[in-house]
Amino acid sequence: MESAVLKIENFSAFFGENQVLREINLSIPQNRITAIIGPSGCGKTTLIRCINRMHELIPNVRVSGKISLDHEDIYDTDPIIVRRQIGMVFQKPNPFPMMSIYDNVIAGYQLNGIKLSKVEKDTIVEESLKRAALWNEVKTSLHRKGTFLSGGQQQRLCIARALAMRPTVLLLDEPTSALDPKATSHVEELIVQLKDTVTILLVTHNIGQAARVSDFTAFLYVGELIEFGPTERMFTAPKNKRTEEYLTGKFG
Amino acid sequence: MEKSTDHLSIELPKLHILMDRSTEDFLVRVHKRTMAGWKLGLSESFFRKILYVAGAFVLVILTAIFMSLAITAIPSIGHFGVSFLFGATWDPVRNVFGAFPFVIGTLFVSLLALAISTLFSLPISIFLGEYSREGAISTFIKSVIELLAGIPSVIYGFCGLFLLVPMVRALEIKLNVAPYGVGIFTSSLVLAVMIIPYSASIGREVISLFPSDLKEAAFSLGATRFEVIRKVILPYARSGIFAGILLSLGRALGETMAVTMVIGNSNFIPKGIFSPANTLASVIANEFTEATGQLYLSSLIELGLVLFMVTTVINILGKVIIHRMDMKEK
Amino acid sequence: MKELAIRRRIIADKSFKAIVVLLSFASILPMFFILFFIITKGISVVDWTFLTHLPKPVGEIGGGISNAIVGTFMLIIISTLFSVPVGVFAGIFLCEYRKGRFPYFVKLAVETLQGIPSIVIGIIAYIWVVLTMGSFSGLSGGASLALMMLPVIITATEETLKLIPDSLREASLALGVSYPRTILKVVIPAGLSGILTGILLGVGRVAGETAPLLFTAFGSPFMNFNILKPINTLPLMIFNYATSPYPEWHTLAWGASFVLVVFVLGLNLFTKVVTRKWKVQF
Repeated sequence: MESAVLKIENFSAFFGENQVLREINLSIPQNRITAIIGPSGCGKTTLIRCINRMHELIPNVRVSGKISLDHEDIYDTDPIIVRRQIGMVFQKPNPFPMMSIYDNVIAGYQLNGIKLSKVEKDTIVEESLKRAALWNEVKTSLHRKGTFLSGGQQQRLCIARALAMRPTVLLLDEPTSALDPKATSHVEELIVQLKDTVTILLVTHNIGQAARVSDFTAFLYVGELIEFGPTERMFTAPKNKRTEEYLTGKFG
Repeated sequence: MEKSTDHLSIELPKLHILMDRSTEDFLVRVHKRTMAGWKLGLSESFFRKILYVAGAFVLVILTAIFMSLAITAIPSIGHFGVSFLFGATWDPVRNVFGAFPFVIGTLFVSLLALAISTLFSLPISIFLGEYSREGAISTFIKSVIELLAGIPSVIYGFCGLFLLVPMVRALEIKLNVAPYGVGIFTSSLVLAVMIIPYSASIGREVISLFPSDLKEAAFSLGATRFEVIRKVILPYARSGIFAGILLSLGRALGETMAVTMVIGNSNFIPKGIFSPANTLASVIANEFTEATGQLYLSSLIELGLVLFMVTTVINILGKVIIHRMDMKEK
Repeated sequence: MKELAIRRRIIADKSFKAIVVLLSFASILPMFFILFFIITKGISVVDWTFLTHLPKPVGEIGGGISNAIVGTFMLIIISTLFSVPVGVFAGIFLCEYRKGRFPYFVKLAVETLQGIPSIVIGIIAYIWVVLTMGSFSGLSGGASLALMMLPVIITATEETLKLIPDSLREASLALGVSYPRTILKVVIPAGLSGILTGILLGVGRVAGETAPLLFTAFGSPFMNFNILKPINTLPLMIFNYATSPYPEWHTLAWGASFVLVVFVLGLNLFTKVVTRKWKVQF
C-alpha cells in the first residue's frame, strides 16, 4: 500500500456563491506521480492552488474541509511555511526577468533573506539544475539572464528553482501546455525522473500526457472527484461511466 | 528505490549523471539548517498598513493644503466677504483689497492664450493624429512639442521680456496705443506657446484612436480627407479635444513666472488688450514678499485659495471627461 | 457640373492640408527662436569663471553663478529625499489596491495635487515651514519642490507596477516568499526603470521651477550650504537678474539661462535613453 503524504478530506471551495470544489476526498501517494485530469472548468487548477494556498490571493474565496501534509493541517500553518514545503510550477514559464539563471535557482533562499556561503549556493544551483536536466545546457552561462532561454529551458529553470527548496510535494499546473512538442517530451521525461525524491501532482488537460507519465490519475468533473486509481487501470478499465466518456473523448 | 552503490543515479536518455551521496548529504544539512533558522521577517499586515498610511498621507496633505489656505485667508474673508471677488480696488496703503482686477486679468490672459494656442494645437493634433502618424517628420514635431513643454517658465518669461516686448511695443506705436510693450497681449502670446503641448498631445491621441475601419468606410464612399476629418473624426474626438483644452486652461490659469515677467504689474482693472495688468498668480508673485500686515498677507493668500479652487475644478472636469471617454472605449 | 463640384472639394481638401501643415510647423518656430537666442546670447557668457564664481555686486563686471548651481542641486536632492519614499509607497498602494472608495479618493487627491499651481504650493510651504522657522530657507524651498514632485513619482510608480504581470508575483509567492518581500524584492526591482524615469521626470519638472521658491528659498547672493538659510537657484537667479535694471545682470541671466536650458534638455534626453536601456522585458 502506498503511503499518503498529502491527504485531502471533504474539501470544498467557494468563489463567492459559486461552489467550485465539492467534498473532495483524495490521498496522494508519496514519491509517485498523480495526474489530475478533467475538462476545462472542472476545478483541477483550483484544487492544486488550494493545496499551496495560492487561492488566497483571490478575494471572496472560501474553503472548507482539511488538507494535511505529513499529518499536519496546512490551513493551520502559516501559508508561507506551507509554500516552502509544497512547490509549484506554472503553466507559463515565469523565471524572474531581472535575475540571472544562477540567481533564479536560489531565488527561494535569496528572497527570503537566508544567508548561504558561496559553496552552498554553488552546490544548490548545480544540483538543482542537474535534477532539472538543465545543467549541461547552461553551465557556462549561469550569469546570463534567464529570459534568454527557450520556452522549454525556461520551464526547466522554473522546475530547478522549485526543486532547490527541496519541497516534499511538487505541484505542476499544466507545465507543458505552453511548450512545443520537443520541449514537452523533455519535461515529461524529467518529471518521471523526479518522483524518486519528491511527490508530484500534475494537472494536465492532455490525457495522453497523463497516460504517459503518471502512476495514479484522478478525474475531476464539475468540482467533484469522479474516480481515482492507478493510471493503467483507469485508462484500460475505468469504473465510472463518465470517466470512460472523458477518456474516449466524448466530451471535454 | 534501490541504491546499488554509494551513488544515487538519475538516468536521462543519452546522459548518465551521477550525484554524489556526499553532495546529497551536504544539501540535506544545508536545507535543515536554513529551515531551522527561518524567520518570517516583515509581517504582511504591518506592510499593508504602511501602504495604507502612504495612501492616506496623500489625502492628508491635500486636505491640509486646503485647510491652511482657508484658515490663513480667514482674516481677509471675514473682512471683505464675497465682495472680495468683485472689489475693484487693490490698495495696500489703505488696506483695501479687491480681487476683481486680477480676476479680469486672469480671464483675459488665459482665454486669449487659449484661443491663440488652440489655433495651433488643433492643427498639430490633426497633423500628428491623422496625416503624419509615424516617421521622421512625426517624431521631429513630437520631439519639438516635448521640448516646448520642458522649457522652464522663467526662460519663457525672459525671452518674452527681451524679444517679444520690443516687438509688441513697436506694434503698439504703429497702432497708436500706449507703447508699454508689456501687458495682456504679450502675456497671452507667451502663455499660448507654453500651453500648446498640453492640448496638442491629448488631441493627437484622441484623433489617432479613431477606428480605422470607420475611416476606410468613409473614404470608400468617396469622401476627401478633409471631409472625413471634418465630418467624421472631429465630432467623434470632440470631447477629447475639449478635455485637452480644459487641461490647457488649468495650466494657463496657474502659470506664474512667464506671465509675471511680461504682464506689466498693474493693479488696476485692465482697459484693453494692450493694457498692463496682473493675474491672480502674478500679483502673488510680485507682492508676497513685501506684504506687511496681516490683512495684506491674508488677502494675497485668499487669492491663492481662489486660484487653488478654480484650477482644481477645471482639472477634475478635464480628467472626468477623459475617464468617461476611456470608459466608452471599453 | 459634377466635375466642378468635385474639383472644388479637392481644392478644399488640399488647402486644408496645407493650412494644417503650415500651422503645425509654425508652432515650432517659437522653439527655435528661444533656443537660438539663449544659445547666442548665453554661450559667450559661459566660461569656467562663470560657473565657479559668485555673482559680483552691481556695477562690477564679471561674476558667476556658482551659488545658483550649487543651490539648484541641493534643492533637487532635498526634494527627492522627501518625495521619493512616500511617493513610491503611495504608488505601490494605488497599484495593489485598485477597487474601493479609499483608493479612488487617493487617486483623485494625487491628480488634484498634480494640478495645483506652483505659486500656491509656494504659499503652502511658506505657511508650513517659513512661518514655523521664522526665516526663509533652503528647507522650505525643498519642501515646496517635494510637494510638486510627489504626484509625478506616485503616478509613475503606479503605472509602472501595473504593467508588471501577476505571474511574477505568483512565482515569488509560490516559493514561500512573504508578500512584503515579494513587493520589495521582486516587483519593485522589476519596475525599477519606470520608477527611476518617474524620478527623473520629477527632477526635470522642479529643476526649472521659480514660483514656489520666491518666498521660500528666497535666493541669496552668497554661497550657502546650510539648508536652514536662504538659497539661490538657477531659475530664481534668472528671474531676479532679468527683471533688474542692470545690463550686467541681464548678461549673467542669459548665461544662467543657457546653463539651465542645457541642464533641463540634457536631463530629458538622459531620461529617454535610460528608460529604453533599463526596460525589463516580460
